[in-house]
Amino acid sequence: MSHGALLTFELTILVLAIFLGFEVISKVPALLHTPLMSGTNAIHGIVIVGAMLVAGAGHKDALTTTIGLIAVVLAAANVVGGFVVTDRMLEMFKKREPPKGDGRERD
Amino acid sequence: MGENATRLGYLVTIVTFVIALRFLSDPARARRGNQIGAIGMLIAIVVTFAQESIVSYWEIVVGMVVGGGFGAVAARRVRMTAMPQMVALFNGVGGGAAALVSLAEFHLQAPASGDLQRDISISIVLSALIGSISFAGSMIAFAKLQELIRGRPITYPGQKIGNAILLAACVAAGAAIVAGAEQQWLMWALVIGAAGFGVLFVLPIGGADMPVVISMLNAFTGLAAAATGFELENNVLIVSGMLVGASGTLLTLMMGRAMNRSIANVLFGAFGQVSAGAAAAAMDGTGSVRSTTADDVAVMLAYANKVAIVPGYGMAVAQAQHDVRALADLLEARGVEVTYAIHPVAGRMPGHMNVLLAEANVPYPALKEMDEANAEFPRTDVSLVIGANDVVNPDARSNAGSPIYGMPILDVDASNATIVLKRSMNPGFAGIENPLFLDPKTLMLFGDAKESVARLTAAVKAL
Repeated sequence: MSHGALLTFELTILVLAIFLGFEVISKVPALLHTPLMSGTNAIHGIVIVGAMLVAGAGHKDALTTTIGLIAVVLAAANVVGGFVVTDRMLEMFKKREPPKGDGRERD
Repeated sequence: MGENATRLGYLVTIVTFVIALRFLSDPARARRGNQIGAIGMLIAIVVTFAQESIVSYWEIVVGMVVGGGFGAVAARRVRMTAMPQMVALFNGVGGGAAALVSLAEFHLQAPASGDLQRDISISIVLSALIGSISFAGSMIAFAKLQELIRGRPITYPGQKIGNAILLAACVAAGAAIVAGAEQQWLMWALVIGAAGFGVLFVLPIGGADMPVVISMLNAFTGLAAAATGFELENNVLIVSGMLVGASGTLLTLMMGRAMNRSIANVLFGAFGQVSAGAAAAAMDGTGSVRSTTADDVAVMLAYANKVAIVPGYGMAVAQAQHDVRALADLLEARGVEVTYAIHPVAGRMPGHMNVLLAEANVPYPALKEMDEANAEFPRTDVSLVIGANDVVNPDARSNAGSPIYGMPILDVDASNATIVLKRSMNPGFAGIENPLFLDPKTLMLFGDAKESVARLTAAVKAL
């Protein structure tokens, strides 16, 4: 693919991703806005792919190695921390508490 | 691994991310969605590992162990009340990673070629600029929320002009790079300048506006990741980054709407400086504050049919959510109907109160969003306001001179009686007086929220 063709293709998926993002997020209830922030936070940790490509490239100098290594550290913290925090939050959202003495229903 | 197999792997990742976001529309499926997203991320990492262009592994492994270890420990240990700053922190490091990738990419590509493709240099500049702002801005948001620096707006003369000049200088450096001045020092200047701008730009924003700021910085990191995708010609980065960019933008706008303030006002208004003059003027005369005791309130609560609990940031600060839950349990055992009225911007991040109450095992159907809650206040016997202030201020409805005029609020004054749990009569975050406290139907119970709720619980038990 020529460079120009690749660029227009990338722009196409970029624009589609914008619409998809708006569409999917507009269905999330206010109840889950914190997990939404935290979940999308984990997803932008995908930048770890970029960090890996830089850090793992051959023929690089000490400066690039250092920067790449730090980038991997930061991105990995983003990925792991983001998913774990979100999981902890979502684990807590329960429809009804575990059975207790008074079984009154709430709407 | 062949290039096509790599791309297909990334496609699977994209699908899992969309599923993760889609499942967030339902609390019952949200957790599974997040786990699916995590698997997708793992797939992306494995696929990247197998790429031919990766020839050196130790940097990646060491980086992942260190960063991942820190992330896992921090995420496991953090208390739910400290969640906003943790999200800010993880957001910041993501932005920092994007900026560093661009810095390294520029360093690798610029000296060799001399003339970068225009679109590549634009992406590198954008990713470095936005990522660096997001990193530094998130760190300041973290420091404010963690109370390492004070939460109130920090302002000084010439602030806006200074910030504008700094940003303009960064953009100029970026433009010079795109125009062909591919100097390493320009790139460093851009990254450092942008970080400085990120710091200065969040400093004047008050703690109560953090829901908007965190959500916007989240969008920034997403955009930085998408720009990184363009520079590396990598679809999974473009799509995932943009999904986050779009969702963060939408959420930011929703938060602004919930406060009836433009995003520009939130960012540049330095909202929440205590203006002594205005506060004094509002207080002249009418009505007086009536203070009450835990025993009296306990009687009112125990013999009510319907009680609405209105939590605010004060509940989070006092970490009173478990005590609130215990009180609600006790009341429910006596046949009182207890619901929770949640304002969209209560707390320090979008949906903050919901997470805290979920931590205390409050079932989510009992958490009512603003519209639903407002419909129920006229049928409510007692509204129990715990550490909330501006989100229940009737001036937002009726006083055109109030700084929060027009913000949709929880109409607790429509209920038969309102009990406000508050530390003292100091004005709330926005530094504005609240006529709710002077309402004849309002009683004040002064003290730390956690202690007050515990005293209420003891008093109800003793009845």
